[in-house]
Amino acid sequence: MTKPKKKSEMLYFALRNNKLRVGLTIILFFLVLTFVGPMLTHYDPYDYVNPNGAQPPSSEYWFGTTMFGQDVFTQFVHGLKASFLVGIVGGGLGTLLGMLVGFIAGYRGGMVDEVLNTLTNIVLVIPTLAVLLIIVAYLEVRGVFIESVFIGCTAWPWAARAIRAQTFSLRSRDFVDLARLSGMKPWKILFTEIAPNMMSYLLLVFILQFGGAILIAATLDFIGLGPTNAVSLGLMMNNAVLWGALLLGVWWWFVPPGVAITAIVGALYVTNVGLDEVFNPKLREM
Amino acid sequence: MRRYFGRKLLIYVLTFFLAVTIDWLIPRFMPGNPVQTMLSRAQLRAEAYETIYNYYTGLFGLDLPIWQQYLNFWKALFQGDLGTSILVFPTPVIKVIMKAVPYDVFLLLPAILLSWFAGNHFGAFAARSKWLDNTVLPLGYILTATPYMWLGIVLAWALGIVAGIFPISGAYSYALRPRLSWVFIGSLLKHWFLPFASLFLVKFGGWAIGMRNMIIYELEADYSHYLEALGAPRKLVRKYAFRNAILPQITGLSLDLGVIVAGALATEIVFSYPGIGYLILGAVQNKDYFLLQGCFLFIIIFVLLANFAIDIVYVLVDPRTRTGMLGEAA
Amino acid sequence: MSLQVENLTVYYQTLRGDVRALESATFTVADGEIMGLAGESGCGKTTLGHSLIRLTPPMRFVEGSVTLDNEELPVWDMGRMNDFRFKKISIIPQYAMNAMNPTRKIGKMTSELLESRKVSFKTTLPELKRRLDLVKLSHDVLNMYPIELSGGMKQRMVMVLSALLDPSLLIADEITSALDVSSQKAVAEMLVEFRDREFVKSVIVITHDISILYQIADSIMIMYAGQLAEKAFTEVIIHAPRHPYTKLLISSLPKVGVKYSEKRLTGIPGNPPLLLDPPIGCRFRDRCPLAFDKCVEVPPFIEIEKDHFVACWKVFEENAQA
Repeated sequence: MTKPKKKSEMLYFALRNNKLRVGLTIILFFLVLTFVGPMLTHYDPYDYVNPNGAQPPSSEYWFGTTMFGQDVFTQFVHGLKASFLVGIVGGGLGTLLGMLVGFIAGYRGGMVDEVLNTLTNIVLVIPTLAVLLIIVAYLEVRGVFIESVFIGCTAWPWAARAIRAQTFSLRSRDFVDLARLSGMKPWKILFTEIAPNMMSYLLLVFILQFGGAILIAATLDFIGLGPTNAVSLGLMMNNAVLWGALLLGVWWWFVPPGVAITAIVGALYVTNVGLDEVFNPKLREM
Repeated sequence: MRRYFGRKLLIYVLTFFLAVTIDWLIPRFMPGNPVQTMLSRAQLRAEAYETIYNYYTGLFGLDLPIWQQYLNFWKALFQGDLGTSILVFPTPVIKVIMKAVPYDVFLLLPAILLSWFAGNHFGAFAARSKWLDNTVLPLGYILTATPYMWLGIVLAWALGIVAGIFPISGAYSYALRPRLSWVFIGSLLKHWFLPFASLFLVKFGGWAIGMRNMIIYELEADYSHYLEALGAPRKLVRKYAFRNAILPQITGLSLDLGVIVAGALATEIVFSYPGIGYLILGAVQNKDYFLLQGCFLFIIIFVLLANFAIDIVYVLVDPRTRTGMLGEAA
Repeated sequence: MSLQVENLTVYYQTLRGDVRALESATFTVADGEIMGLAGESGCGKTTLGHSLIRLTPPMRFVEGSVTLDNEELPVWDMGRMNDFRFKKISIIPQYAMNAMNPTRKIGKMTSELLESRKVSFKTTLPELKRRLDLVKLSHDVLNMYPIELSGGMKQRMVMVLSALLDPSLLIADEITSALDVSSQKAVAEMLVEFRDREFVKSVIVITHDISILYQIADSIMIMYAGQLAEKAFTEVIIHAPRHPYTKLLISSLPKVGVKYSEKRLTGIPGNPPLLLDPPIGCRFRDRCPLAFDKCVEVPPFIEIEKDHFVACWKVFEENAQA
């Protein structure tokens, strides 16, 4: 039918959308840095490479060194890896859980919907940070993965709400009625009829979850509840403040991690808006 | 309207219940003796150890049946007994927290309210012209993507250290004692400004962007087109659009509280601002679980109360709730 | 003459080019005339209606002139048009169900709208109440929110509102499309009442439902693919159309009492052209059984007999021979 034409039309707009191009370029840049970075440096993040302590950026140490003489650039590129991991796992999990709750609530309606709605509202109201504080504070050793799982488990209400609303509106469409009449099982309907029509929307939801997860992780890491066995951008900032980088003007220790997070999350948001314009013809500017 | 509030109250009561239960449950999930685990991490002298161990074992009623332990916990809660802090032993947790609460209110209330008002008006304003829109939008995205504590760090460094205008730690100058004097109030404000600014700016960006999108949506609605077709001036159309666009922003505020709390926590840590956030840091670092639990409870209560206040405001502002005709937007 | 439109041409700007939605429309609507504007979906009737009162992007004014009561209507100038809107020209929109602000009481919205147009609500109120009585709406409606009204009630309220300041020209865009048959009748009759009581001088009724027009319109103008096809008195259009499209259209309408087994319902084979790159000349020629080589030229919209306009070379030919 018109499917192939639609796809290439979207590609046409996607390639021309400025927001999309800028956003994706920035994200790609940092992604590449994550993979290439560790190869550019032959240190480990916690190696004491410079006996002179904190040194400003130079040709040898591109981002300078920390109070303890560790190479900031090395820490930086390893921290990027942690951030992306958290984004994908945490954001992905949040989206999946949101899909689970949102689809069921939106499709079933009625009592099931009420119950799930109440559950969602409760989880929404509880400040996630507080819960994570309690749980994480009791664990001895934490990895990036565990952190991502926690974040995913507490960030899903946003996604659930959005997905539920979309499912509601799709549910009353003719092709779903047809599928129901033909005796298709609800799960099958959800996955073969409804979900594919929401693909673009789900992508947008995932992008927002991705960005949100990175921000939450940064805050957790900063408070000291992040991974105990890995470097992360939030942890870098935590260390910087803890060891007086502020007072001593060691700006190269805390500026790069923050810039990276702001840039990545900002790029994600902009990409989100750009994608929305590509998917939704009404938003395209004249 | 009764149905609306009934539903909300149910959720809040359930949430409180759940939160307190989680609070109570956590120590019991940890392997080993919770009291022992807790105390083994705190550096206590031998005599103190013995006393506290007995005290807490009795308090937890670890020798009592589970359900009784649970009820005792609630009983203690309603008596305002949140245990004793290990960090500032032997001060009761509740006293420690109450000292910190005023600072949080002082910091958070203006930050939340002002950023909401300013951000929304600015976002609506930005939707007026293409030029304005193109400058405001990127700025808004950058601001809202900035982690709170990083903005705090940068502000502290730029305006505090480099420019030397503002102090970067504490709630007031360490040389002063709290009393009602201009000097003290001035110092209070000076120390307040940077943490306030970092919270304000990030949130401001978020609201501005949200409002701008909502306003554009409302300006494209049928009722806006009808008014234009009947020759209504821009002012009236914008006024209606704003009034309608602000409603989801109010709901958005209550949804956002959890995030704001997290941001405030991080900001207080950066500026050593003696609010609950700062207490939490100390509690985490020193494994003062009682203090941690108490702080958690306070945060929950604050969020629930704030949610409730916002619900009341929403009813006042959206006339449809009063006629009982609102759908699921609230 | 109440309304005079000459060569009005309006395109839609899209990323792929201009959609030529309205091409050189020339017609007049007399004082007191209810003119029906009919045609299939996408023929340009709504474009025509909207371009007279709110020509806003993506619509683009290409050329033409509009005169109302001997005064020029600057339809291309959104700003200057404001003086005319509501007072001289008004519209009952297609989206009347959603046309009122959901968070404002209807009375409050009305008063704010009037005041913003420098009309005193207080002095208008008695007349407003009389009109509400006319359309059988209780005065309590002013104290309610739009969501408390049924679809039909909202429609009637918007009708009253749009005609409140006695405009010379009222455009009614698909006002019966979303209603059931009995409501349709009531609304259509109200429209005629408005004209008979001189609340409005002339009306353009845009619809795809010709049967309604048969009931209330004095004249009907048929459009096809952005071009005017025919305009004549209602009786003439229904019983003696000249344009091939009109003829096919009328004959494809089901008639009461005729069973399908006796006479099959026929449509017009084919589809209307896409207006992004329309065929040159008469846009109906691909589907027209009478098309011949002259049809690659755009036929002008000429008066072939008194008050009967057609745009068709074949008809001109027949006329010339007659």
